[in-house]
Amino acid sequence: MGGESRPGPVSRHLDEPRAVRIALIGGAVTFLLAFLLIPLAAVFVNALRDGLGAFFSALAETNTLAAVRLTAIVALAVVPVNLLYGLAAAWSVSKFRFPARNVLITFIDLPFSVSPVVAGMIFVLLFGSHGLAGPWLADHDVKIIFALPGIVLATLFVTSPIIARELIPLMQSQGSDEEEAALTLGASGWRTFFHVSLPKVRWGLLYGTMLCAARAVGEFGAVNVVSGHIRGRTLTLPLHVEVLYNEYQFTSAFAVSTLLTLVAVATLAVQAYVARRADRGA
Amino acid sequence: MTRVAGLLVLATLLAAAPARAEGTTILNVSYDPTRELYQAVNTAFAAQWKAKTGQSLTVQQSHGGSGKQARSVIDGLEADVVTLALAYDIDAIAKSGLLPLDWQKRLPSNSAPYTSTIVFLVRKGNPKGIKDWEDLGKPGVSVITPNPKTSGGARWNYLAAWGYELRKTGSQDKARALVAAIFRNVPVLDTGARGATITFAERGIGDVLIAWENEAILATRQASSKGAFEIVTPSESILAEPPVAWVDKVASKRNTTAVAKAYLEFLYTKDGQRIAAKNFYRPRDPAVAAEAAATFPKLKLFTVDETFGGWAKAQEAHFADGGEFDKIYTGSR
Amino acid sequence: MARRTIPGFGLSLGVTLAYLGLFVLIPLSTLVLKSSQLSGEAFVRVVTSPRTIAAFRLSFGASAAAAAINLVFGVLVAWVLERYRFPFRRLVDGLVDLPFALPTAVAGISLASIYAKNGWIGRWLAPLGIEVAFTPLGVVFALVFVGLPFVVRTVQPVLRDLDPEVEEAAATLGAGRFTVFSRILLPGIAAPALTGFVLAFARALGEYGSVIFIAGNMPLKSEITPLLIMIQLEQYDYAGATAIALVFLLASFFLLLLVNRLTHAYAPAPGVREA
Repeated sequence: MGGESRPGPVSRHLDEPRAVRIALIGGAVTFLLAFLLIPLAAVFVNALRDGLGAFFSALAETNTLAAVRLTAIVALAVVPVNLLYGLAAAWSVSKFRFPARNVLITFIDLPFSVSPVVAGMIFVLLFGSHGLAGPWLADHDVKIIFALPGIVLATLFVTSPIIARELIPLMQSQGSDEEEAALTLGASGWRTFFHVSLPKVRWGLLYGTMLCAARAVGEFGAVNVVSGHIRGRTLTLPLHVEVLYNEYQFTSAFAVSTLLTLVAVATLAVQAYVARRADRGA
Repeated sequence: MTRVAGLLVLATLLAAAPARAEGTTILNVSYDPTRELYQAVNTAFAAQWKAKTGQSLTVQQSHGGSGKQARSVIDGLEADVVTLALAYDIDAIAKSGLLPLDWQKRLPSNSAPYTSTIVFLVRKGNPKGIKDWEDLGKPGVSVITPNPKTSGGARWNYLAAWGYELRKTGSQDKARALVAAIFRNVPVLDTGARGATITFAERGIGDVLIAWENEAILATRQASSKGAFEIVTPSESILAEPPVAWVDKVASKRNTTAVAKAYLEFLYTKDGQRIAAKNFYRPRDPAVAAEAAATFPKLKLFTVDETFGGWAKAQEAHFADGGEFDKIYTGSR
Repeated sequence: MARRTIPGFGLSLGVTLAYLGLFVLIPLSTLVLKSSQLSGEAFVRVVTSPRTIAAFRLSFGASAAAAAINLVFGVLVAWVLERYRFPFRRLVDGLVDLPFALPTAVAGISLASIYAKNGWIGRWLAPLGIEVAFTPLGVVFALVFVGLPFVVRTVQPVLRDLDPEVEEAAATLGAGRFTVFSRILLPGIAAPALTGFVLAFARALGEYGSVIFIAGNMPLKSEITPLLIMIQLEQYDYAGATAIALVFLLASFFLLLLVNRLTHAYAPAPGVREA
C-alpha cells in the first residue's frame, strides 16, 4: 500500500529533466488537492462556520448521540463476524487448490459489485412484510427490516469482501513454508494458525479490519433503504447527516460529518503506520 | 488485548444506553416538510397526555417523501399513525390491509386537520417577473420542483398547474402543454419537497420554486436567508389536504389505539390548530384561521375532487406508469 | 501447496460457504426470484425503457469517464509518489486512501457544497460557463473521488519493484528518457494500471451516497441507475426495481470477472506485500 521512500534514482542520467519533474509533481498535487484535500477541508471549515459552541452542541445533541450509539453497535456487530469470515475465506482460498476455486473467489468478491441500494433492497425483499420470509417473521413478531438486525445485515453484506480481499493476495504471496515447517516440528493445526500464520498477516489484518470498520461506520446507500429513518432509533450517523442536511442545519450536518471524517483519518493514520512497520519487516 | 478493549467498549455502550423509558412510545411516519410542525405538536401533546392520564408518552418521528414513507409502512415499518401528503398514499397502505379502506371518514374534514396550498418562491425583487402559472412555462425561466413519482408535494404542484390551465381554458391539451413546458424548464428533480427547497434556497439553483405554502413561508424566515426570497401567490391554486390516520393493525398490536386516536384528535383542538398555524399550515378551525389570517395570502382554491374526479383517477391518469407525467418525460429529451 | 498437509481445509471452506450462502447468496437470490415475477416481455420492457437506458448510459458513461481520469492521473500520482522526493510526500501518500475510508454521504455533501455555483471551486468555474453540480459532470467528479485510490494503489507496488537495471541498460544504449518511459516503463505498469481502471469502474458503477447529493436526478438526463432503482422501489414497483437491479448487477459482475482474469494473468497480484 503506501510507499516507503525508495532510494533516489540510481544515476543522474536516469532522471527526468528538472522542469519535467516539477511539472509532474505539480500536476499530481493539483489533482489530489482538487479531489481530496479540498473536500476534506470543506468538511471542517463548514462545520466550524458557526463557531466552536455550535459545533459542540451539535455533537452533544440527543439524536446525534443516539446515532453514534447505533453506529457503534452496528460496527461492533459487523467487524468481528467479517473478521472471522475473512480469515476463513482467505485460508481456504490461498492455502489450497481445489476445483471451482476461482468461482469461489469471484463469489467472495461479489458484494463488491453490488450497488449499496440493491444490497439494501434484497434484504427488504427477503424480510419485509411482503418478502419471502415476511409472513413467518410477522407471526413470530420478529423485526428485522426497519430495525437494528436489518441494518446489521445490510452492512455485513456490503463490507464482507473487505478483509478477505486484503488477506488473500497477502497469504498467497507469503506461501505456506512456515506453516509446513511448524507442522513438521509437531505443532497442532490451531497452534500453527495462532503462532505462525496469524502473526505473518497481522499488519494486513489490522489494516483490513480498520477499513472494514470505517466502511461499516460510513455505509449510507444500503442502510438508507432498510432503515425506516426513525429519529433517535434507526438513524445511523451517515443517515443522521442527511437528515440534518435536509433540515437546513448545514453546520450541524458538517459537524457530525467531522466525527465520521476523524474515523476515516484515524484509519489512514493506522494504515500509514502499518505500511511503515511492514516495510521495515517488523 | 484487542478482545479486552472490545469488551470494554461494549460494556460502556450498554451502560450508556438510556434507561428503558417507562410509558408509551408511538411512531408517527410523516412526509418531508412536517419536521418542525411535529416537533412542536409532540411536545405539546405529550405534556397534555401526561397531565390527563399520568402516562409518559414519547412520539417518535420518521420523515421522508410521502410515497417512500407509505412504502416503508407497507413493508413493515411499524407506524402507529401516518401523517402523509395525500390521501392516495394512505389508500395504498389501506389496500395492503393495515387499516380499513374507509379510513378517511373517521376524522373530521376528510381526515385533514389542516390544509395548505401551492405557491411560488422567487428570489428577491422577482427578477424574472413571475406572476402566475403561465410564467413558469416561458422559455428562460428555471423552475424547481421535486419528482412527482416520489414526492407527494410534487404531485400537488403538478396538479395545481394542470388544474389552473384546465379551469382557465377548459382544454386538457392546453393544460398538458403548460405542464410539459414547465417541466422542460426544470434542471434538477429532487426526490422530496425539502430537498427541492434546499436546492433552490441553499444551492442557488433556479428562478422559481413551486412549493408547499408552509415550505415557502419557512424558507423566507430561515436565518440564513432572511430577505433573499419573496413569495408570489398565483391567482388560483389547489387546495392541498394532507391527511392523517392511525394504523389499526399496528396500534392494536401495540395497544396504542387510544393514545394514537387522541394524538390525531389533538390536531383538531384549538391548541393543535394554533401550532399548525404557527408552522404555516392553514388551520381548519374558523376562529384560529381568523386569528392567523394575516399569515396566509388570499387566493382562489380548487380541489382535486372537483377538478380531477378524485385522487385515484388523478394518480391513474397522470402518475402511474405510462401516464401523463411519463409521457412528458419520454416526449422531451 | 499440497492439499492435505496444511490442516483446516474443511473448516475454513465450511465457514466460508456457510457465510456466503446465508448472508450473500440467499439475499441475492431474491433479485432473481422477484424479477422472475415479471413476464419476459414486461422484463424486457422495463429494462429497455428510455429512462432505464438513459440511466444505464449515464452510470456506465460517467463511471468509464471517471475511471479514465483516474487511470491517467492515477499513474501520474503513483509515478510521482514512487520516483520523486518532495515535501509532505508521505502525507500525500497516506491521503490517497481517503476515499476508501470516508463515508460516501460525507463525501457527497462536501463535494456538492464545493462544486455548487457559490461553492469554493464552483464559483471559479461558473464564469467560464462550466457547471458541475447537478450536471453529469458533477456525477463524474464525484466518481473520480470515489475511484481515486484504485489505480494509484495497483501501480505503486509494481513501480517500486521495477528493476532499475533495465532502465540503466536502455539509457546506456542511448535511449532518451522519454523512450525509456514509453518503451520500457509504461508496458510494465500497463497491466496493473488496467486492473486499477476496471476496479475504479466497478466501484463507480454502484456508487450512490456520494453522487446523490451532486447529481441533478433528472430522468433521461442526470439520473444514475441506483437512484432509478430507488425510485422504482418508492413507487411500489418492486418487480421493475429488481429487473433493473439484476441487469445492472450482471454487468458489474462480469467486470469483476474480467479483473480476476487480469490479476491472474499478470502475477504477482497487485497490493502484495511481504510480511
